[in-house]
Amino acid sequence: MSAAHQSNQGGSNPSRPHPDRWIKVLPGGLYVEPGGFYIDPVRPVERAVVTHGHSDHARPGNRHVLATPGTLAIMRQRMGAGVGGSLQALDYGETLRIGDVDVRLVPAGHVLGSAQVVLEHAGSRVVVSGDYKRRLDRTCAPFEPVPCDVFVTEATFGLPVFRHPPDLGEVGKLLHSMALFPERSHVVGVYALGKCQRLITLLRAAGYDRPIWLHGALEPLCRLYSDLGVELGDLRPATVAAKEDLKGALVLAPPAAVADRWARRLADPVVAMASGWMRVRQRARQRGVELPLVISDHADWDELCRTLEDVGAPEVWVTHGREEALVHYATSRGIRARALALIGFEDEDSEGISGGEAS
Amino acid sequence: MNRFAALIDALVFMPSRNGKIRLLVEHFATAPDPERGWALAALTGALSFREAKPAAIRELAATRVDPELLALSYDYVGDLAETVALIWPERPERANSLPPSLDEVVEALRAARRGQVMGLVEGWLDTLDSSGRFALLKLITGALRIGVSARLAKTALAEWGRLARPEVSVDDVEEVWHGLTAPYAELFAWLEGRAERPATGAGAGFRPMMLSHPLEEEDRVALDPAAYAAEWKWDGIRVQMVARGGERRLYSRTGDDVSGAFPDIVDHMNFDAVLDGELLVARDGVVAPFNDLQQRLNRKTVTAQMLRDGPAWVRLYDILFDGDEDLRGLSFVERRARLERWYEAVQPRRMDLSPLVPFDRWDELVALREGARENGIEGLMLKRRDSAYLAGRPKGPWFKWKRGALTLDTVMMYAQRGHGKRSSYYSDYTFGVWRGEELVPVGKAYSGFTDAELVELDRWVRNHTTRRYGPVREVEAGLVLEVAFDSVHPSNRHKSGLAMRFPRIHRIRWDKPAHEADRLETLAAMVVE
Repeated sequence: MSAAHQSNQGGSNPSRPHPDRWIKVLPGGLYVEPGGFYIDPVRPVERAVVTHGHSDHARPGNRHVLATPGTLAIMRQRMGAGVGGSLQALDYGETLRIGDVDVRLVPAGHVLGSAQVVLEHAGSRVVVSGDYKRRLDRTCAPFEPVPCDVFVTEATFGLPVFRHPPDLGEVGKLLHSMALFPERSHVVGVYALGKCQRLITLLRAAGYDRPIWLHGALEPLCRLYSDLGVELGDLRPATVAAKEDLKGALVLAPPAAVADRWARRLADPVVAMASGWMRVRQRARQRGVELPLVISDHADWDELCRTLEDVGAPEVWVTHGREEALVHYATSRGIRARALALIGFEDEDSEGISGGEAS
Repeated sequence: MNRFAALIDALVFMPSRNGKIRLLVEHFATAPDPERGWALAALTGALSFREAKPAAIRELAATRVDPELLALSYDYVGDLAETVALIWPERPERANSLPPSLDEVVEALRAARRGQVMGLVEGWLDTLDSSGRFALLKLITGALRIGVSARLAKTALAEWGRLARPEVSVDDVEEVWHGLTAPYAELFAWLEGRAERPATGAGAGFRPMMLSHPLEEEDRVALDPAAYAAEWKWDGIRVQMVARGGERRLYSRTGDDVSGAFPDIVDHMNFDAVLDGELLVARDGVVAPFNDLQQRLNRKTVTAQMLRDGPAWVRLYDILFDGDEDLRGLSFVERRARLERWYEAVQPRRMDLSPLVPFDRWDELVALREGARENGIEGLMLKRRDSAYLAGRPKGPWFKWKRGALTLDTVMMYAQRGHGKRSSYYSDYTFGVWRGEELVPVGKAYSGFTDAELVELDRWVRNHTTRRYGPVREVEAGLVLEVAFDSVHPSNRHKSGLAMRFPRIHRIRWDKPAHEADRLETLAAMVVE
């Protein structure tokens, strides 16, 4: 057992206070008191550490922002001038002392630039993992488990009904449908940040080298990913394309546009959606999805459980998602667990309904 | 099982009705007998297996999965078959054993003795993939909920049948349907042109009923009052009484056999005829509130006390067969005369004739309709005097003209997750009105809003939750729902002492403060004794 693993009994040792004495849930979000900063605050604050660029985690208007260079690039791209005051980049693996806390960012494997925040204070180590997944994603660095005293986890897919099948099998379903209906356009709903670029890299890895057509809202981040060295191949704007060109074409669009008037320009489209929620048939039906693709940027149930094993923390806090089930599971494995009931994160099983990005 | 599972999955994900019909036609054309017949039986709800009930499936799943996680998952997914299909642990050895065919599954289940069914199901779940597990569980529980009604399946059957028999309509399929049993070999043979049309007419089968359209104002002004007869629309459930060749059946509008729940009617069907009427609870000919009838619905058996407290009654609208004579081709006026003659001659107990309402001008009917608030009347029916009794819902011959709804401004109190298509949306709302400073619940509604409004309501519920009880959320007293309902009656089942009939969301009053919603006294004043 590492030093970080020696549990400390309910903060009874004054020189090593329990982390719940120095990490608090305030209206602004998760607050690290001895460092004077919030992690992914839901309202503008003086000092923010941001795990990744999705809009429910990275919000505009903070006075001071610390994040990975990738996340900062995404935030600048999405928010322009509203991004906030000073932006400070911290590379993966480097340690920065803020107040009385050592802060380190470690890859989370969620989207480009996504990080877990490793906090060390008064002899305890806490890892705030943000959103994460464990499977291969060519667009970002893979998740690194960090042993800790308290592991703070999401639970977007925190129910054992959520088991994401292998990605390439899902991409295979899409390619099969395109072969079956060569005259129809295939339009896939994807989130602009992360899912879009990951799906493109999966398609390229499966050997699909024809042009991929993009809804206008997806273009800026694809350009940014390319600039940051992620190979995406031949991408073209669907918005100005002739209807004839889109016959039999593969078109990517934000989820909201897929079921909208926007998609009517396409030739008898097959409506697909790439999301972890597509595992549940009734959810796919609600969205009018004909071809559900279970491709997610979040850990599925097995990955969540495996991660609890890998980090070996004697205590787990669950931020958002289906926290009851994960808390129940952790408790049954002898891990102290509780739900933080953080609000403001979009995924509370409302993905797609609200057009949120957590999927 | 694979072909059936693929069909079920394709149907689930097919958003358009025509697309579903295409998938079904393709299945009837390519699947062999008896497999396509079993599939049809599953889609029309004609299959059920005594022991494979949801509770047993849940219990079985709990032997493989932590029951708490199973319960949370079910709460989230909102569909037991889907939950168990997704949560059932995959076995690596599955690849080595062959999944069963649909025929094998059905035949094994039919041959199974008491206590064997769940063992068979368990073995199959271990050899099937998640789609196969879903299809199997849907099949054995008999409630598919995949957006395909029995009517749609029959529509597809007729469409496929027209390839060989261009004259076939969906009503022909309905008509022969009730004389047949799964896997329907004679039906397929007929539709493929290989055999004669299966016999009907004899037997106590259901005949498709004639249904009406709501009367819109613009329709009415164009109608000639002299061409229509009017009668009261009674507030019970539409039934068909079939007494043929010694057999007696009471069917609901959709063809469900409800004879078992109403022996007090069936006992008096000592005649040979097919009749259309309204099932009511009535004491000495006086119709009781719908709530009293509700106590007797959805029951397999009835107690002596229920028969005493809520005596059933049928108010007759129409006659379809008198003995062997099919009267459906006659005009309404002629059938009405036959019905009156028949009633005079037979004098059946527990039944009376629904009287015609004479009128010359529409404004007379308008006044009558609004004046009729007593128990048992929902509005008026208008029937073209020269119309034959046609299956289905033809536009023109019959109209229902419901009296105007009552409305009340209520406050949302609880929201519950829906099922099926609306699972994981908070779509069922309990609402209340003010009594002093507190809200008392007065009803529950889950319809009357659009899909877009459902999304808004769902979001509002999530953002204003104060407590959670499993699938139910208590919400802040902050959203006014204007509820429409047909009538209100005293009830000892509700804390408020009142029960609404057919409550539905009329408007969502995003603009109205909750404290301006109505009070219980207002609702109480709407009760008609």
